[in-house]
Amino acid sequence: MSIQLKNISYTYMAKTPYEHLALDDVSLTIPEGKITAIAGHTGSGKSTLIQHFNGLLKPDSGTVLVDDVDIGTKSTAAKQARRKVGVAFQYPEYQLFEETIALDIAFGPKNMGCTPEEIQDRVKYAMEFVNLDYDKYAERSPFQLSGGQKRRAAIAGILALKPKYLVLDEPTAGLDPSGRQYLMERFMRLHREEGTTIVLISHNMDNIASYADNVVILSKGKVLLQDTPEEVFRNEEAIKAAGLDLPEIKVILNELVSAGLDIDNRSYTMNKAVAEILEGLRRQGRC
Amino acid sequence: MLTDITLGQYFPGNSPLHQMDARVKIVLLFFYIISIFLFDENLNYAIMTASAVLLICLSRLPVIMVLKSIKPLWWIILFSFFMHIFSTPGEALVKVWIFEITREGILRGFIISLRLVLLIMISSLLMFTTSPLKLTDALESLMSPLKGVGFPAHELAMMMTIAMRFIPTLLEETDKIIKAQQSRGSDIGDGNVIQRTKGMLPVLVPLFISAFRRADELSVAMEARCYRGGAGRSRMKQQRVHKIDYIATVVFIIFIGVLAVVQVMVK
Repeated sequence: MSIQLKNISYTYMAKTPYEHLALDDVSLTIPEGKITAIAGHTGSGKSTLIQHFNGLLKPDSGTVLVDDVDIGTKSTAAKQARRKVGVAFQYPEYQLFEETIALDIAFGPKNMGCTPEEIQDRVKYAMEFVNLDYDKYAERSPFQLSGGQKRRAAIAGILALKPKYLVLDEPTAGLDPSGRQYLMERFMRLHREEGTTIVLISHNMDNIASYADNVVILSKGKVLLQDTPEEVFRNEEAIKAAGLDLPEIKVILNELVSAGLDIDNRSYTMNKAVAEILEGLRRQGRC
Repeated sequence: MLTDITLGQYFPGNSPLHQMDARVKIVLLFFYIISIFLFDENLNYAIMTASAVLLICLSRLPVIMVLKSIKPLWWIILFSFFMHIFSTPGEALVKVWIFEITREGILRGFIISLRLVLLIMISSLLMFTTSPLKLTDALESLMSPLKGVGFPAHELAMMMTIAMRFIPTLLEETDKIIKAQQSRGSDIGDGNVIQRTKGMLPVLVPLFISAFRRADELSVAMEARCYRGGAGRSRMKQQRVHKIDYIATVVFIIFIGVLAVVQVMVK
């Protein structure tokens, strides 16, 4: 079970002088139960791509399968398959509209046709998940919150849908470092506890290195690389050609290797890198 | 998609018509429109039609696009055509009950329709070959003599520029909000009138909030750059009259001269 994109192409403003091919024959698989990161330079087609995951955009050619169901059709099965995918857009706080936070978060479950009790449960669950105290915040207006709290309330609105696949477009953009880390940890907890498949759009390679099981690199509307982080980060030229940076850990390891330390520079997480460096130093008898 | 719209009708290009100064284009268009209604000899209509065809060729625009510009006013043209066919007295060709189709009527109807078609096509040529920004700049510059009598030419032009600047932004925003709410399962555009109006609320509230936020940010940004209205303000892109504009003006004066001579001679 997975989200599969087969030969997707999409053109903005077709047949006008402003025609722009945003996706060019993209094929990729988002495996279930994994964390897949999609990275790419601005304008590489990341945001266009994720709008295909739940049928917001219809591809000019190609098919999108969610759990083997073609979501491009009008059948009930396709509608249900589309609902399995929850998309949180960039700056989701700008979509808040209700009078109270609880009502805003309830918008999604209500549209899904949940019973009032179920809605109540889901609102509580979602608010607690993003660490907004239900008793304190449920009846407040979302517009009284701080920026970071608004973001969390908006994301709770998506979590209340209990999606099987959660797509996050730059979820931490514009947050302070502690807010970033906090939010990412919450998503990881969701992944661990509920087994939610997470698709993370980011150009922060350090984030990708520390969380992703799979990495997709997009460049100019095409899939440049699609592999495990280890394999992807090995392809330094391709990553630079796509206008992206290597994770900082990778840069440090590369520098150490070129400075003469005999270590394996394939690790990309902090813990593995530290172990590797210590091991290398020990081998040289310097530690 | 909602953002797939072209603002105004501007079609980027590099033809002589694109290169001309917008002010010259507006002034010449003004006199061209007057001459369409002033010179009513058949030969003159032929000359004017020929000149319009020549201008379209010169603009290097897709001919279909220029022809499509008539579409919104198609019914008005048809209506006036039939009005004239039936209401002009003269040599009857066909008679149905009290309606009479006359030879003069057909001719008259044709001429009137031709006038309207010329009018629309020539005006849309201006829109096709001039970017909205240049157009407002030109309007400001042409209206600036009125500043003496307290007419806020600069403020009007600035308001138009800002409004046009924000149309694509707000459309993009609307598109984003619609998609975000659709992702939460809202069916915008489904159901009866009341349901549909209610369905718009999750879009309109965030849209208004963001429009106000943007307006506020823009005014702060403008004030931070010491904007205080038009007095003493210089421009980055000066509007200059080039050789091509002089040539166009001379050709246009000859064109008007020919029309006037034909008009007098035929009489």
